[in-house]
Amino acid sequence: MAQTLAQKILQKHSLDEVGRAGQIVRCKTSMVLANDITAPLAVDSFRRMGAAKVFDREKVALVCDHFTPNKDIDSAEQVKKVREFAREMKIVHYYEGGSAGVEHALLPELGLVGPADVVVGADSHTCTYGGLGAFATGMGSTDIAAAMALGETWFKVPETIRVNMMGRLDKHTVSKDLILHIIGLIGVDGALYRALEFTGEVVDAMDVEARMTMANMAIEAGGKAGLFPADEMTVDYCRKAGFPDPGKVYPDDGATYFRQLSIDVTGMGPQIACPHLPDNVKPVDELDRVKVDQVVLGSCTNGRISDLRQAAEIIKGRKVSSNVRFIVLPATPRIYEQALEEGLLGIFIRAGAIVGPPTCGPCLGGHMGILASGERCLATTNRNFRGRMGSLESEVYLGSPLVAAATAVAGEIIHPAKV
Amino acid sequence: MIFAGKAHKVGDHIDTDAIIPARFLVTSDPFELGRKCFEGLEQGWVNRVKKGDILIGGKNFGCGSSREHAPLAILGAGIPVVIAHSFARIFYRNGFNMGLVLLEIGDYIDKIRDQDQLEVSPGTGEIRNLSTGQIINSLPVPEFMAEILAMGGLVNYVREKVS
Ligand code: SF4
Repeated sequence: MAQTLAQKILQKHSLDEVGRAGQIVRCKTSMVLANDITAPLAVDSFRRMGAAKVFDREKVALVCDHFTPNKDIDSAEQVKKVREFAREMKIVHYYEGGSAGVEHALLPELGLVGPADVVVGADSHTCTYGGLGAFATGMGSTDIAAAMALGETWFKVPETIRVNMMGRLDKHTVSKDLILHIIGLIGVDGALYRALEFTGEVVDAMDVEARMTMANMAIEAGGKAGLFPADEMTVDYCRKAGFPDPGKVYPDDGATYFRQLSIDVTGMGPQIACPHLPDNVKPVDELDRVKVDQVVLGSCTNGRISDLRQAAEIIKGRKVSSNVRFIVLPATPRIYEQALEEGLLGIFIRAGAIVGPPTCGPCLGGHMGILASGERCLATTNRNFRGRMGSLESEVYLGSPLVAAATAVAGEIIHPAKV
Repeated sequence: MIFAGKAHKVGDHIDTDAIIPARFLVTSDPFELGRKCFEGLEQGWVNRVKKGDILIGGKNFGCGSSREHAPLAILGAGIPVVIAHSFARIFYRNGFNMGLVLLEIGDYIDKIRDQDQLEVSPGTGEIRNLSTGQIINSLPVPEFMAEILAMGGLVNYVREKVS
């Protein structure tokens, strides 16, 4: 049977014969992930399951990234619990403090995830690794506790929506704009229970970081996974990161798809998701002078080095508007160091930005940039639900790193070509 | 087992930040979480709920993050059953794993009004609307989910395997 990417990868890890969509299959897990919010619950479930040890101490990653550096006593207690569990289980990949970064930027960078892996994480944006050709999906803490104990989990084989992209992106339009456009097109439940598979000449030319930005937001369309084929570029990226023996993975010709979309990206331009759902998407030029109080550049969606470079290019030699707090959070310590060496952090600071540590921070309304009532933010993050970044009466708009930098300068949401 | 209670309706695409905002995620105690249930929708929302009441969601209920705190907060608020048009995938798994009963009924969701008195039998999938006299049959619980439920949830299922 000709297989989609999802079917193909699941088959590699399953003893069951992976057939049509809807079938329930049991799979071995390549990596199991949890963070400082979800790991404490997973630890509780793990104990209640009576498990004495994790299935493989090198295949569990615990990353304290959400409220760290710990914002208050309660979050410090949670991290303490995760740390003690990691020590007790001798977990190799425990990250906190100067070794920690936003989990979905960190794991690919450390070579812990790669092509054809099955990765489950107690975090909905685990789907990010689909950018590397991994079947990766988020689950709750108890499912993750079960995977930590057994080294396996079950999936319903998803139907797949194939998105074929052709044409040419102009210099101000990036992969974030593409994924926002697609979510706007199919809706926040457009891929519910399904996998998205991205292909076409635009994908072939896209670097791996840009692919991860798109895979990251598959969940914002309700998707179970957002999958890219693993090609030469992926193999290169993963090999450099230290992932053992990365190989290419492609879907079969003639696989069965639930739906196929073709998108011509030529002339698309930057896109913005307006409050309060990620599918409320408009071209930036249709926004009418939307003033902002804050701009956030960072997160697992757009906090990588390529994102910082793009934003720095725009902001170089300019000043952040006096009405705006521009918060820049490199997603991992290595990205931070790289940005420092390349002089990007200096560019941001001289422009009047605040450069903070690698953390999720304001993305989930945790800390380091919370909005008051009536305030508005343009963020490179992935969710703009009501109250996501603070007060229920605040607003979040989502856009690319280029739009973020331009907006920080102009004080209103603006096309990057206009600053 | 039959659940009886008053219906509390919420809209489409209710996300996990509405169910329990991230700032309250510094605990995993259902009772504590329950006191803040739906605080991201409306301040003090939970005060309208009596123990045993039933939540009625729209499309894509529980979308957003993977936080298990969301079904825990609903359970902690005293709500044992959620009926929705459809559920977000992760929430659906989490609900069952936590012991929250979830029933998907598609467009029949419009046959239930806020404050209607309901009787729900998850075993048969039958929902009786006592206020209108209507009976709605929900989609059956998938076989594998039923297996997990029969073992008393995922924790017991794994407990059996590791022992
Ligand atoms: S950066 Fe935001 S979306 Fe990504 S893992 Fe952290 S909180 Fe979640």
